[in-house]
Amino acid sequence: MQTNMNVHDGRELKIPRRKLWTVFKEQKYLFLMMLPALIWAVLFAYTPMVGLYMSFVNYQPNLGGFWTTLFHSEFVGFEWFRYFFTNGDFLKVMRNTLASTLITLCFSFPMPIIIAIAINEIKNVSFKKTVQTASYLPYFISWVIAANIIVTLLSSDGVINAILKFFHITNESILFLQNGKYFWWIVAIGNTWKDMGYSSIMYLAAISAINPELYEAAKVDGANRFKQIRYITLPHLKPTIVILLILALGGILNAGFDQHFLLGNELTKDYSDVLSTYSFRYGIQNGMFSYAAAVGMFSSVVAFIIVCIVNFTAKKVNGQSLF
Amino acid sequence: MRSKKSIAEYIFDASLYLFLTVIFIVTFYPFWNILVISLNDATDTLRGGLYFWPREVTFDSYLTIFRNPEIWSAIRVTVLRTVIGTALSIFCISMLAYSLSKRHLLGWRFFSFFFVFTMYFGGGLIPTYMVIKSLGLIDSFWVFIFPGLIGVFLMILVRTFIEQLPGEIEESAKIDGANDLQIFFRIVMPLCVPVLATIGLFLAIGHWNSWYDSYIYTYKPELKTLQAVMVKILNQFQTAGMMSDAQQLAQSSTRVPVSSESIRMAVTMVATLPIVLVYPFVQKYFVKGMMMGAIKS
Repeated sequence: MQTNMNVHDGRELKIPRRKLWTVFKEQKYLFLMMLPALIWAVLFAYTPMVGLYMSFVNYQPNLGGFWTTLFHSEFVGFEWFRYFFTNGDFLKVMRNTLASTLITLCFSFPMPIIIAIAINEIKNVSFKKTVQTASYLPYFISWVIAANIIVTLLSSDGVINAILKFFHITNESILFLQNGKYFWWIVAIGNTWKDMGYSSIMYLAAISAINPELYEAAKVDGANRFKQIRYITLPHLKPTIVILLILALGGILNAGFDQHFLLGNELTKDYSDVLSTYSFRYGIQNGMFSYAAAVGMFSSVVAFIIVCIVNFTAKKVNGQSLF
Repeated sequence: MRSKKSIAEYIFDASLYLFLTVIFIVTFYPFWNILVISLNDATDTLRGGLYFWPREVTFDSYLTIFRNPEIWSAIRVTVLRTVIGTALSIFCISMLAYSLSKRHLLGWRFFSFFFVFTMYFGGGLIPTYMVIKSLGLIDSFWVFIFPGLIGVFLMILVRTFIEQLPGEIEESAKIDGANDLQIFFRIVMPLCVPVLATIGLFLAIGHWNSWYDSYIYTYKPELKTLQAVMVKILNQFQTAGMMSDAQQLAQSSTRVPVSSESIRMAVTMVATLPIVLVYPFVQKYFVKGMMMGAIKS
């Protein structure tokens, strides 16, 4: 067997047309090593895609096993999609999803760039390290912990209300999480708080790739530090900024489940219901499985189309594919 | 004439320091605040106004939660899933990465697409729930391990790392008659320790932080993870938040409320502390992981 392997490597290039079975036998260990991942992909990635058939039938969960029930359910075509688009929730849920992701983008996109540039300009290494360490930390905690913290900070006797009262911006405590009009902003700032430090790493990496001689030359020419940032750092960051902006726009329908589910409540659900939490509520909590699957399928398909567009755009801009 | 710095540059520097100090406070202070509240007496906390220092320092909240068997069970499940899940994932991901690093693999294009496609399209919440249910994983410990076994993005990181290894080492092993399994486990895997440590940390953090699977796929209390217990506490608190302070105080005169803020913050600290403690030591791996990801895209 082992001698066979040796022969195979020598011969493979010379004789390209060989029986598949022989090649397969020679690569059996490679396939063996791929096997657990293949089983995983079939069971947990592709079988649920087959399960999307749910959205075209009227699935009633009380008839027996999932697959038997599924394929014996009454076929209703696009009825659930039609119901979703016409019952008024669609506009509300889409509005919430887009508002949440776009407001998030307004904060969470520029912040890492500003942080990276500021950190790069600071000469004091220990100060720099301290700020970086602290700013990455929120990225590593779960949204459950983050939500617990946010709820505490925003509570009626929390520190945010204390600050607002101190500056006489308000005299009564604001009930932030009980009032829907604040919800998108809370999620946006929460997202930014969690990710801005960690996202700045990408820009710091891009900055560290800039040739230091450029700054030396600029200094000789009498450029001050604003001008160095304006004419050296920012132009060199532009490709990174463009690519990350395109990627961020690709996630425009993907308003994270965690933050909306954990921070939202009965009082704010008109503002906190995004595609994923809406689907969850109707499916897992209310038992309208087919309807919830249709909502989920709508968001998966649209998100996939957006990703394809994003990939195409990135290819145009960058000359290389993201895939 | 000692310095050539202009006044404008001093102002510039000062505003940079000011800005980054604000960033530091904004990211660090919330953690300090929960520590302060968790160390304060639970009933006293209801008076509010705890911002910088606890008024009545006590470890009672921590004692209360550690006397609760539910928390111990949650910690045990969380540690178990983190250890087992991370180990199994590293094992399976690295094997897959090695197979896919071989471009002569039969059907390489197909298999690469097969895995990468799962990053961009999925069945979604409901069909996934149904499939997991039909596989009998509801109320099973393995529901924490198997559905998230493979991270395709992490696999790409490992694959890129393997492709950058010098090919001669593998070649010479092949000439010595080693098969792919032996080459992988004896030669490639030991060389991959840096990248496996990086993805291991991401996987471990992911397991520690995961709440959704425990929240919806398990009903047995002994399978609730720390994060899922916290979701329950958070929900109770959100409901309690709709009561007035007076109602809460009235409730607290008889007994410390279940949703007491100090206790909630103590649980939060217990869930956060391992990450905060481990994090400074492993920070460079995370940064490295992010960089690798950046280079990839």
